[in-house]
Amino acid sequence: MTKPRTLFDKIWEDHLIDVQDDGTCLIYIDRQLIHEITSAQAFDGLRMSKRRARRPEANICVPDHNVPTTPGRGGTDEIDDEESRVQLEVLEKNAMEFNLPYIPINDINQGIVHVIGPEQGFTQPGVTLVCGDSHTATHGAFGALAFGVGTSEVEHVLATQTLIQKPAKNMRITVNGRLPAGCTAKDLILAIIGKIGTAGGTGYVIEYAGPAIKDLSMEGRMTVCNMTIEAGARAGLVAPDEKTFEYLKGRPQSPKGGQWEQAVEYWKTLPSDPGSTYDEEVILDISEIVPQVTWGTSPQDEVGINDVVPDPNQVSDPMRRASMERSLEYMGLAAGTPMKDIIVDKVFVGSCTNSRIEDMRAAAAVAKGRKVASSVYAMVVPGSGHVKAQAEEEGLDKIFIEAGFDWREPGCSMCLAMNGDMLLPGERSASTSNRNFEGRQGPGGRTHLVSPPMAAAAAIAGHLTDVRDLTEE
Amino acid sequence: MEKFDTMTGVAAPFPIVNCDTDKIIPARFLKTLTRTGLGKSLFDAMRYDPKSREENPDFVLNKQAYRNAEILVAGENFGCGSSREHAPWALLDFGIRCVIAPSFADIFFNNSFKNGILLITLPQEEIDKLMQDAENGANARLTVDLQDQEITRPDGSKVSFEVDPFKKHCLLNGLDDIGLTMQKVEKIDKFEGKQKAATPWLYR
Repeated sequence: MTKPRTLFDKIWEDHLIDVQDDGTCLIYIDRQLIHEITSAQAFDGLRMSKRRARRPEANICVPDHNVPTTPGRGGTDEIDDEESRVQLEVLEKNAMEFNLPYIPINDINQGIVHVIGPEQGFTQPGVTLVCGDSHTATHGAFGALAFGVGTSEVEHVLATQTLIQKPAKNMRITVNGRLPAGCTAKDLILAIIGKIGTAGGTGYVIEYAGPAIKDLSMEGRMTVCNMTIEAGARAGLVAPDEKTFEYLKGRPQSPKGGQWEQAVEYWKTLPSDPGSTYDEEVILDISEIVPQVTWGTSPQDEVGINDVVPDPNQVSDPMRRASMERSLEYMGLAAGTPMKDIIVDKVFVGSCTNSRIEDMRAAAAVAKGRKVASSVYAMVVPGSGHVKAQAEEEGLDKIFIEAGFDWREPGCSMCLAMNGDMLLPGERSASTSNRNFEGRQGPGGRTHLVSPPMAAAAAIAGHLTDVRDLTEE
Repeated sequence: MEKFDTMTGVAAPFPIVNCDTDKIIPARFLKTLTRTGLGKSLFDAMRYDPKSREENPDFVLNKQAYRNAEILVAGENFGCGSSREHAPWALLDFGIRCVIAPSFADIFFNNSFKNGILLITLPQEEIDKLMQDAENGANARLTVDLQDQEITRPDGSKVSFEVDPFKKHCLLNGLDDIGLTMQKVEKIDKFEGKQKAATPWLYR
């Protein structure tokens, strides 16, 4: 009898080209997403060594990190900031020179790489997919082995369609129970990161399993896999199932005709075999969680909304204590402050973590018939042209605008604050993005990570608040 | 890529845990189109006063003893967060060729080796000793010998370290990964032929 294999083992073995004596592997990469921030130097490298792209059609180039999200934005040539404009122009020029598929800024297909990959059916179960972006883990929601790479590796994939790798270890996180009302996939993954820590997954690929994961929509699974990197693991995985196939059916790059059945048949062989063993197992029940919110400068610094800012003096490890003290100083928070008392200046709904249609609906449901507090600036940035169009078809844009939110064009926006959407020094946000690092949303900016409904609730209340108090009114 | 065999240099103490790549190089500096010139923005938020842009005199790399540091002794999970290769580019452009820490984030780890930066993982108790050495300033230089996998402390005592044999080979010889992989092009061709037959929907 053959040894039971995990989902990761199967994808790995199906892509293994060569193993050296020292254990170094060469694996095949099926798909690559390319954006403007981490690719220019890779194309330069190709030019310098007179190399071409091995399989142009295995890539999609799209600008997202550094695009303006101003309503009614023009084309690349209308971008005021010269460095940003040039960076976008260079992406387009490189895509043309190397004959790669390219989506321009105002195309309806444009959006955040991790939103458009699935939308286009470019992301599929069983594929290996990379991008010069750590949140590539998102695509694992489809049972794809997807991880972030650096620019040297972007170049390596362009030139050879392969990567030099060592196999990761297998971790399984089984999530039991049902998500309580008011909680979302975002709260689930924040709770997981809080439990295993920001380096808990280093060296592993994490497979998410259990009834609570099965229950999630594809959007919810993407949110969970997206933040896998915040737990240190390069890739997250969810076994493909009927929901996955349903989502992919009919997408532009999904298999067509007889190949669809053939693909589904293959995809059904991918889930981990019964009896598979893992190097590490984590089991948790989420039935009792409450909406989560971060207090510090690492995604692991999270508590329930009804908790208080933790006290470093109650921590025995001196390194950890010092790091907490530094975080609290940066965040301008005192231990013991109720999280609900924390005033916010800006609210951001968007990012590759939470900018899909389900996120838009969840935030709009809270915003409907309410008003953004006069002290708050709140923005909603859909993840792609298609998400924006769908939301507008459903009237969500009107709900947001009537409530006082700014309804913007697709891009990464204030998640990493490259494009001018940012916090000013000392300003505080409730943000649906993925990182609360120092300066992430602007130098001196202070970030509290939350779910879309919690962000909308904070915008209305003017401070962090329990969305369940609003929705129960 | 520049070869790395042996180096002797000033080690700067950087006892921060979970130092993320946004801290190493904030996103607003990623509009560059080259790999060079990022050294001046390394650790920007800690290194400069946000308003005046003057150097923060308390930051380790602004202190006279460490201005020419070539080694960092750091806290656990160094380089977590974003995949930006600008992080190792900024370190290298500043002059850092080696980082020693209890652990590193995965993507940063790969990115660094591809740019000729040696990352050394050691148990916390060894880090504590080297951190102590680094605290002693410019006279306390460490020698890192990749071939023998040994760090020589200022008192002459040695600390040995592990390194992946393939990464060591590439660093010692300054090898270009792509060139190495190109030598396996027949295997890649063969793989694609086999994959195209088994999963034809992946080919258009």
